[in-house]
Amino acid sequence: MAIPLKYNLRSIRVRWRATLATILGIALVVTVFIFVRSFAHGMEATYVKTGDSRNLIVLRKGSTAESSSQISREDARRIKYMTGIARDEAGNPLASAEIIVLILLKRMDGSGTANVLVRGISNTAIALRPEIKITEGRMLRAGLNECIVSRRIADRFQQCRVGDSFQSGKTTWNVVGIFDAAQTAYESEIWVDADEARSAFKRNFYGSVLLRPENDAAAATLKKRLLDDRLLSIKVQTETEYWDEQTQSAGFYRFLASFLAIIMSIGAAFAAMNTMYAAVGARTREIGTLRALGFHRRHIYISFLLESIVLSLLGGIVGGLISLSFNLISTGTFGGTSFAEVAFQFRVTPQLLGTGLLFALIMGVIGGLLPARLAARKPVLDALRSV
Amino acid sequence: MLVQIRELTKLYSHGEIQVTALDRISLDIAGGEFVALMGPSGSGKSTLLHIIAGIDRPTSGDCHVRDINVADLTETQLAEWRNHHVGFVFQTFNLIPVLTAYENVELPLLLTSLTGRERRQHVEAALELVGLGDRMRHLPRQLSGGQEQRVAIARALVTDPTLIVADEPTGNLDAHSAQEVLGLLQTLNRQAGKTIIMVTHDPKAAAFAQRTIHLEKGQLLNGNGQHP
Ligand SMILES: Nc1ncnc2c1ncn2[C@@H]1O[C@H](COP(=O)(O)OP(=O)(O)O)[C@@H](O)[C@H]1O
Ligand SMILES: [Mg+2]
Repeated sequence: MAIPLKYNLRSIRVRWRATLATILGIALVVTVFIFVRSFAHGMEATYVKTGDSRNLIVLRKGSTAESSSQISREDARRIKYMTGIARDEAGNPLASAEIIVLILLKRMDGSGTANVLVRGISNTAIALRPEIKITEGRMLRAGLNECIVSRRIADRFQQCRVGDSFQSGKTTWNVVGIFDAAQTAYESEIWVDADEARSAFKRNFYGSVLLRPENDAAAATLKKRLLDDRLLSIKVQTETEYWDEQTQSAGFYRFLASFLAIIMSIGAAFAAMNTMYAAVGARTREIGTLRALGFHRRHIYISFLLESIVLSLLGGIVGGLISLSFNLISTGTFGGTSFAEVAFQFRVTPQLLGTGLLFALIMGVIGGLLPARLAARKPVLDALRSV
Repeated sequence: MLVQIRELTKLYSHGEIQVTALDRISLDIAGGEFVALMGPSGSGKSTLLHIIAGIDRPTSGDCHVRDINVADLTETQLAEWRNHHVGFVFQTFNLIPVLTAYENVELPLLLTSLTGRERRQHVEAALELVGLGDRMRHLPRQLSGGQEQRVAIARALVTDPTLIVADEPTGNLDAHSAQEVLGLLQTLNRQAGKTIIMVTHDPKAAAFAQRTIHLEKGQLLNGNGQHP
């Protein structure tokens, strides 16, 4: 049998002041890692659900997102009346010229304000997005500064219930309905009439036009017709393609998570190493004693390596608990690519916790290797003589 | 002979200068003896004890313990050999501070094939023997110096080793505790037949031993460490 683990556990406890900083450092790394990773997860889950493969989205040539695209009013009208676009019962083309802007709203819990994404839409917007359901109140009508609000936003911000109204700039918006967006990206939006939005926010352009071709065959010709039109300088994608591209930004967060995690974990591993060197230094005589009693170099090595692992796992557990507490408190909101209050589901999965712990474990091993080797290699006599 | 030392030499080099810690020493110690190693500071007492106990190696010469030349063993073999054959008592007690008296005494047994139950019996017997049956759950800092050294003695004898080596075991103790510890070593020698080698520079401590060997400048003073 080897040196009992209680020797390490109690030694850690006795030196808790010296080890606390290291444990918290590792906890921080694990928390950040879990946090950013779960953010990327939430983003992906949301974007994957958003978009209808039958719809085409038109942006200005060269833009990658609605927020950075501009389509003039003339162009929007030109696009809307192209042939090959499906029509609703009233005979209007299923095309919605839209614009997005950010406004500041007060959070429900009183913790300040946050950016919320306002989407100006045409009245065909819901027909183009059948997953969106008005669950309370009614659809907005143009002319009266009416708006409909997603369920999540209604729950998270003040003055967003049906019958409420909120101020933004000089405009007062009246909430007439609440919609459910089936966990798509629209779940964190407020919808108003596009032209009212343009005048309220002083824009003389739209951001995008979403449209539905008559059928698959018409889609290809419509796309070609749009691209070939010399008066238009635009880019046409299916809506699914567009949201797939947005998902790439989740990939960016995934990369950021790994990048941050690696940089920070190098620091944390050094902290663990430092702590372990100090532990070996402080306990040199104990090492000598154990060796005199007959414990092998390997026993000493394993014992100190295990101690480093225990230390970092403690940090991992603390980090896991910190991120779990976030998991329980809120659904976590974050600035997305447009820096709006996007309600991604912040979910700490068991798998993510496991990865976080594994991460801590690796830091422990890396931090412990050299100090453990130093401990194991000390000649018995030198160790015994140390004070 | 239990311990047979022949022409044992230990040199230390401080850069250019060489220190001869032990100078061609020959010495025999029989099983069941209680030997005191005396001499002024720096005379090589500890060095000799360390070589006999297998935590230091000679520069030349032989040191046989029970027909095994300790110097021939590898690092790992030597660790095992110490576990089986040597019980250590240090001047500074060297108990593990975070382990209780019981756990400290149990440590060397963790390397044996004894079951948990057997270990318990051995540990309890050893602690009873040194008169600390009622202090088993105490941590070292909750014990007096004399009690700590008695725990260390229990740890040294719990594996029933061939040899018990003690380097100035009373050096950090008050007179009363020193008497207790020396009396205990004497009892272990007389009643349990333990072979004990003790380094001391205190003639009163040496008086507890059966035989006293004097070292000076790395040499045996009377030159006849060997039994006639
Ligand atoms: N690790 C070492 N390096 C160099 N010299 C040493 C070392 N250990 C002991 N010595 C020298 O060897 C001699 C004997 O030391 P030691 O056996 O400790 O004496 P004692 O125990 O009798 O006081 C001394 O001169 C000491 O300085
Ligand atoms: Mg000495």
